[in-house]
Amino acid sequence: MREKLTIRDYPIAEKRPELLEAEGGKAIADLNLEAVESGAVTMEDLRITPLALGLQAEIARDAGRPTLADNFERAAELVEVPQDFIMEVYELLRPGRAASKAPLMDAARVLREVHGARRMAAFVEEAAEVYERRGLFRYRF
Amino acid sequence: MMVQGSNRWRRFAEWDERPLRLDKFAAEDAASGFSAFSSPSDPKPSVGIVEGQVSSLDGVPAADFDMIDLFIAKYHIDPAVAPEAMAIPSPQIARMLVDMNVPRAELVRLAHGMTPAKLAEVVAELSALEIAFAYSKMRARKTPGNQAHVTNAKDDPLQLAADAAVAVALGFDEIETTMRVSRNAWSNAVACCVGAAVGRWGVLFQCSSEEAEELRIGMAGFSSYAETVSVYGTERAFIDGDDTPWSKAFLAAAYASRGIKMRCTSGAGSELLMGFHESKSLLYLEARCLCLQRAMGVQGTQNGGIDGAPLTATMPGGFRELMAENLIAVWLDLECASGNDARPTESEIRVGAKILPYLIAGSDLICSGFGSILKYDNSFNPSLLNGEELEDYLVLQRDFEADGGLTPIAEEATLDLRRRATDAIAAVFEELDLASPSAAMLASVVVASGSDETESYRPGEVAVISEAIKARALSVIDVIRALAARGFREEAENLLQLVKLRVSGDYLQTSAVVRGGRVLSAINDPNDYQGPGTGYRVSEARRQELNAIRDVLDRETVLNQEAEVARRSARELSLKVMGPAEIGTDGAEVVVGVSPGFGVKLFRTVGGIPLAALMTEMVAGIEEGGGRARIVRMRHTADTSFLGLSAARLSGSGIGIGLQAKGTAVIHQADRLPHNNLELFSNSPITQLSHYRRLGYNAAQYAQGLAPEPVVVPTRGEAMGSRYHARVALIYAIETELTEDGAAPEEIMMSFGRVPA
Repeated sequence: MREKLTIRDYPIAEKRPELLEAEGGKAIADLNLEAVESGAVTMEDLRITPLALGLQAEIARDAGRPTLADNFERAAELVEVPQDFIMEVYELLRPGRAASKAPLMDAARVLREVHGARRMAAFVEEAAEVYERRGLFRYRF
Repeated sequence: MMVQGSNRWRRFAEWDERPLRLDKFAAEDAASGFSAFSSPSDPKPSVGIVEGQVSSLDGVPAADFDMIDLFIAKYHIDPAVAPEAMAIPSPQIARMLVDMNVPRAELVRLAHGMTPAKLAEVVAELSALEIAFAYSKMRARKTPGNQAHVTNAKDDPLQLAADAAVAVALGFDEIETTMRVSRNAWSNAVACCVGAAVGRWGVLFQCSSEEAEELRIGMAGFSSYAETVSVYGTERAFIDGDDTPWSKAFLAAAYASRGIKMRCTSGAGSELLMGFHESKSLLYLEARCLCLQRAMGVQGTQNGGIDGAPLTATMPGGFRELMAENLIAVWLDLECASGNDARPTESEIRVGAKILPYLIAGSDLICSGFGSILKYDNSFNPSLLNGEELEDYLVLQRDFEADGGLTPIAEEATLDLRRRATDAIAAVFEELDLASPSAAMLASVVVASGSDETESYRPGEVAVISEAIKARALSVIDVIRALAARGFREEAENLLQLVKLRVSGDYLQTSAVVRGGRVLSAINDPNDYQGPGTGYRVSEARRQELNAIRDVLDRETVLNQEAEVARRSARELSLKVMGPAEIGTDGAEVVVGVSPGFGVKLFRTVGGIPLAALMTEMVAGIEEGGGRARIVRMRHTADTSFLGLSAARLSGSGIGIGLQAKGTAVIHQADRLPHNNLELFSNSPITQLSHYRRLGYNAAQYAQGLAPEPVVVPTRGEAMGSRYHARVALIYAIETELTEDGAAPEEIMMSFGRVPA
């Protein structure tokens, strides 16, 4: 069982680079120009991972920034969510896009069941409740 | 005398012509939303906590919460801290903010339990000076930084690359672009990220565009941060802004999930501009925005009026309010890109005054967009400071020994950088088969100050490039490969380093920038201010960088210039020492006592008049006035008054002229006190030959007991301007070095060669 990271482990790329390889990612040292030229490194290798966001959340919490840590944890759940679906959910969350709670609740269900985004799903459901209470399911354009 | 038909003091007409009068000022009117710090409609601070939940917030019971209250109550207020924090009287907390013995961390902890009304009430207790001081103590990262706008009126990618490279050289930590034509976003992004890879790596880059497009550009790896996620302080304004706290918080998580640094934007006046201010003060509404941002879990904020700054600046206390909202931001432990972008005034004095507190207090990003380009090229609209005024800012840093995040650049090196950047973007375009800019286009951009002077791409041509980048789904990997393939390996490496930042996400933490190849944030560079000698200090090495502005006079340069003049002038004026000077007996005599360096090491006045010509005119004037000139060199003093007095005491008439080589002259009388002379030319830089002639004439008249009209050299204060001072001091030092205690005056025979016209 790994101990939670603290501010002493930051920056991770300098202090704990070995942790970043844990999910089968390439070592940071291997992300060099020669590898890019040869095609061995792609955009895929230059993405942040849920693990890295989780580690940053631990550091943010240790630094006394619990809300930032929460955001990193929500973000970790979105890493594997396709861009189009992210933009779809974002659009639904904007005022007046959904005509009722239903589309938001559906989006939350997909987030939870398809993408395992438990926190984000609860967040979207909470938004649906608030929007109903504040009358945001109204025609805007 | 009364001018007919005028019933106005004409000073007002002159004031009307000053740039300041282009600024318009608004009356305080809280009901209409024109109130900076407090409004009768602002709630009194309060919080209710029932079973660990917020049951009321600033007088509003939970049942009546709007969506902003709901979000703040749930995600910002820490119920464990709130009762304690809210119970401390606001004046007491205000004193803690300016007490260097109260640690920042303790104040940040208390802020987690404070409502928007409480935060606003506390900072309203502070004067402008106290706000700036508290800001300096409370900001999150220790080392200050700055952000640039890099845009141009043509969306020309060649110019963007060149200007981005210059911004990097100037030391900006972040650069931000936007477009005149929104389709050009992809081209702008590629051009800026290539330009920003010239010279060093680590400058974060943003392409400000429509939310979805901006995220796509970030995913393609071209941009590394975003700050266009705006929030508002009233529910109606938020909805009109087409978002909710939940949609924005979702976006915040989405950016982090793509490894892109993000901050929100909010600023005084936005609700007022949008028509939904609820008669609340600017500061209270902004306190709500900032609590909301901490609640959303964003690391930072672009805050301090922003687009609302010009409106805020029309109100009493407007500038102080902008500082106050920035203080709340850093107190809430948010990175603060502290406004100072939209230009809120036409008055250069107000511009200088606006920036100063930030410059001396420091800020994560002093300007959330310093216009590194010219005003007309700034597609965000002109910033507080722009390319035109950039050197003024560099000098302010030097004046106050304050690190404003910028470093002076050398002229030659800048041209090389611009060439390198335009060559690099041209290579990328060619390699990726996007465009083939001509050599003439590149050359015009390299030397151009702004897009008016370039023969380069037009917005329509850029759109073709931009749409191809998007349609072909090119990514930063393609750009890195293209750079490497065309020999721009250093730039390829630099760009790769930047993209690699997202693998660890280290730069997602609060207040992160990259300095010297390392991520520096509030975590590993925390502001530890605890009084003098602590917190950020300009190191000696950094001080030397700040000092290295252009065209600094040094002793060697000035002395070499004078030596060169001396070489050229030696033939025009020769002085022969005839022996010790005697006291004269001729009642019509005027003795001219010259300084030790006169005609020996120094041959022209500060005003550029050759001493040979000056002497010719002065002697002619003495003769015209009925006197006879005798020239004596003083060796015991270089001081004007003593030169004059010593000359007068050697003079048969008791009247003498003291004349320094730099052109300062005095008429003296033997029985007067040293500094109580008859006439003085103190403004040597503007004293002309005719004045010296008339001075000689008057001296001769005094010698005859007459009372001539004193010669007045017309001045508007130029001579006392700093343009002369350093030079004068260095030149005068040549004179004082030649003085010798107790040395006797020498009789001089002067002969003229070719006297210049």
